[in-house]
Amino acid sequence: MADQFDLIVLGSGPGGYVAAIRASQLGLKTAIVERESLGGICLNWGCIPTKALLRTSEIYHYMQQADKYGLSVEKPAFDLEKVVARSRGVAKQLNQGVTGLMKKNKVTVYFGDGKLTGKDTLSVTKDGKTTDLAAKNIIIATGARARELPFAKADGKRIWTYRHAMVPPEMPTKLLVIGSGAIGIEFASFYNDMGAKVTVVEMLDRILPVEDADISDFMNKSLAKQGMDIRMSTGVQKITDTGKGLSAEIKDKDGKVTTEEFSHVIVAVGIVPNVEDIGLEAVGIEKDQRSHIQADEFCRTNVPGIYAIGDVTGAPWLAHKASHEAVIAVEHLSGGHPHVMDKANIPGCTYCHPQVASVGLTEAKAKEAGYKVKVGKFPFIGNGKAIALGETDGFVKTVFDEATGELLGAHMVGAEVTEMIQGYVIGKTLETTEAELMETVFPHPTISETMHESVLGAYGRALHI
Amino acid sequence: MAINIQMPALSPTMEEGSLAKWLVKEGDTVKSGDLLAEIETDKATMEFEAVDEGVIASILVAEGTDGVKVGTVIATLTVEGEEAAAPAAKAEAPQAEAPKADPTPAPKAEVTPAPKADAVPAKAAPSDGERVKASPLARRLAQASGLDLTSVQGSGPNGRIVKADLESAKPAAQSAPAAAAPSAAPVAQPAAQAPSGGQDFGIPHEAVKLSGMRKTIARRLTESKQTVPHIYLTVDIRLDNLLKLREQLNASLSGRGIKLSVNDLLIKALAVSLLQVPECNVQFAGDTLLKFQRTDISVAVSIPSGLITPIITDAGTKGVAAISAEMKDLAARAKDGKLKPEEYQGGTASLSNMGMFGIKQFEAVINPPQAMIMAIGAGEKRPYIVDDALGVATVMSATGSFDHRAIDGADGAKLMKAFKALVENPLSMLA
Repeated sequence: MADQFDLIVLGSGPGGYVAAIRASQLGLKTAIVERESLGGICLNWGCIPTKALLRTSEIYHYMQQADKYGLSVEKPAFDLEKVVARSRGVAKQLNQGVTGLMKKNKVTVYFGDGKLTGKDTLSVTKDGKTTDLAAKNIIIATGARARELPFAKADGKRIWTYRHAMVPPEMPTKLLVIGSGAIGIEFASFYNDMGAKVTVVEMLDRILPVEDADISDFMNKSLAKQGMDIRMSTGVQKITDTGKGLSAEIKDKDGKVTTEEFSHVIVAVGIVPNVEDIGLEAVGIEKDQRSHIQADEFCRTNVPGIYAIGDVTGAPWLAHKASHEAVIAVEHLSGGHPHVMDKANIPGCTYCHPQVASVGLTEAKAKEAGYKVKVGKFPFIGNGKAIALGETDGFVKTVFDEATGELLGAHMVGAEVTEMIQGYVIGKTLETTEAELMETVFPHPTISETMHESVLGAYGRALHI
Repeated sequence: MAINIQMPALSPTMEEGSLAKWLVKEGDTVKSGDLLAEIETDKATMEFEAVDEGVIASILVAEGTDGVKVGTVIATLTVEGEEAAAPAAKAEAPQAEAPKADPTPAPKAEVTPAPKADAVPAKAAPSDGERVKASPLARRLAQASGLDLTSVQGSGPNGRIVKADLESAKPAAQSAPAAAAPSAAPVAQPAAQAPSGGQDFGIPHEAVKLSGMRKTIARRLTESKQTVPHIYLTVDIRLDNLLKLREQLNASLSGRGIKLSVNDLLIKALAVSLLQVPECNVQFAGDTLLKFQRTDISVAVSIPSGLITPIITDAGTKGVAAISAEMKDLAARAKDGKLKPEEYQGGTASLSNMGMFGIKQFEAVINPPQAMIMAIGAGEKRPYIVDDALGVATVMSATGSFDHRAIDGADGAKLMKAFKALVENPLSMLA
């Protein structure tokens, strides 16, 4: 007889474990199935440990600039093993935190490979031993993994995915980063700050392609100024291990192919959903062309009773999207009336140096959608706090619908913008217009004043420029 | 135990109604049979009685709320001695229903033109004085398009009105320039009778919310004039004989407390003429024509909130005394808004009499799905040719409006001729 639950969650990432907690809060008898570590990629191998690494590179960067602040540091240096150990320690602490949360919420944890065996049954296999579980509802939250390049199979030695790049056995001397999305740029920024010579190759004509074009331009210049070699409209065709390094065939925007030597390569060309060997076919769950599970606004799949959340359902591949969907799915399956998430209000952050944060439509997307826009842009150089911090690289761009004053999008680059974007996210979620944002009193002196000025600027009223 | 009080179906065809007035408040103790609320359907206001005994724990749908679907929990009742509990189910938000643009009523053996659900969006149910919860953007959009936020159902937290609610509420003609935005909510199809925002020229005015009846009148008469090709046929009818007969009949009926009106006799005359000319006792129903075997006359009655047409069923075979008594009862209850739906829904033809206002002659708008209406003008002394000599007679003009899709001009003329003959020789209709 299978163990019987109200809800089984397959996968314990930021989607899965949040679903389990919410279900428990609502009184559901809940189980969670995890094949590796509670917390999933996000806090074990993604968001959190990379932030720990980037904190190190940020401080290292400041140490090298100590003189600028009137300090003297004798030859800044680092111990890579310790840097990685700190990052792993942070991940471990959070992993234990999730373990504690599962216990506190009386969620039964099954470690092993979970597989759907029916519309309401699931088996967990661990070390050849199989446990059968049954539930009224199942949530699939298996996440995604790095997409591989056929000619550059990541081996962890010299060819890395994000996962290898997080636990480097040695410092790359000459690093090639393929792909300039958030993951690629974050690692490029980290290794650049740590002293590696970094080349970034992007197929499209700009880096951070999902961001506003002004942000891409700014980041391109900023990273180049920091010493990175950024090449757009460029592709890597072949990687060969030469024994003492890697040789890469690179085709530039004019079609010219050159061969260059690198010590290491990071492949960051997007992610693919984890949909294999979890029994989707057995119950007939529909997937889209790119293999993402298709789910509706309440995260329901085509099979009644089975929900899917997070990366496995497609873009945007963000932990906070997964967590939010977790709550929607659980509230819906338990008979509640959750509000549907508006994807235009999901912020995105990239923790490179300087940071990038955005929400809503880019200027180009807004125009494409037929809006007549009003655009405000305010540079950090016009902000007192930014000057005091010595962080004058950056700007805030806001895009409004001229007809209604609706805030369509906000795009920020510069120090601490990832901590500030939520101001606009709250505003967007509450459907404020430019009037409420203008009437908001921003504290002085803060970098957040640039957010106010950008809004004022969209209506020709910026003060400090 | 908390009992959910649901929006009642006060007639077999009722799908939704307005919660016109609460007759109880939270905390009131009620027993079975007590009046709880007045529910307004598209034509009548009916009282809603309590079935169970207990204390009104909460009122979930504020009075003045339109478009409350049958079955929606409108209040909860706590049985004596137990604690008030939250309603078991959240009140289902009344949804605006897409208008059914169906110009051809489905053919039915029985004449029961079901009132179509109102196309007007349900309102957010703010009780008087309570502020409307709406986002700044929604307020601005509403102001720009002249939309009354109290008429919009909010989908945000606690019924907060957000942009998407307005996009589904407003007529397509006013859809935002962002219509091309992929994320924009789909814009509802325009309702033929959707409230147009109206134009504000700054003239001092008072904006009065339409009653359910006014909305129904607006919708049905627009539908009639836009979809039914009317033809109008007018005859002058001498009334002297009918007036004389009425006097005689009233004299003999006075003992029974019956006083016939001219209108009662005209109802009878119209019904009998329809029996004589059955080509006009019909209804156009798309690819079929309904030929009625009974004459049910809808009689227009003016009431304070508008107009209603109670029906004298089978008037053709009913005695005039019966018609008179029935009419008196129906008219009285119509004025109180207490008619049952089956008493005003249906009818095979209508009669509208404006004689008492001194109107000489007029053309009435057909009451769909019916195919004819008789408009009666004032009876007045007019110069008249009597026996080839100019004399004076009491004469009225009557104009029949006919649905030309169902009734040919010649048949309409036959009906007018029959009607005239019956009124001028009234004994023949009593035979």
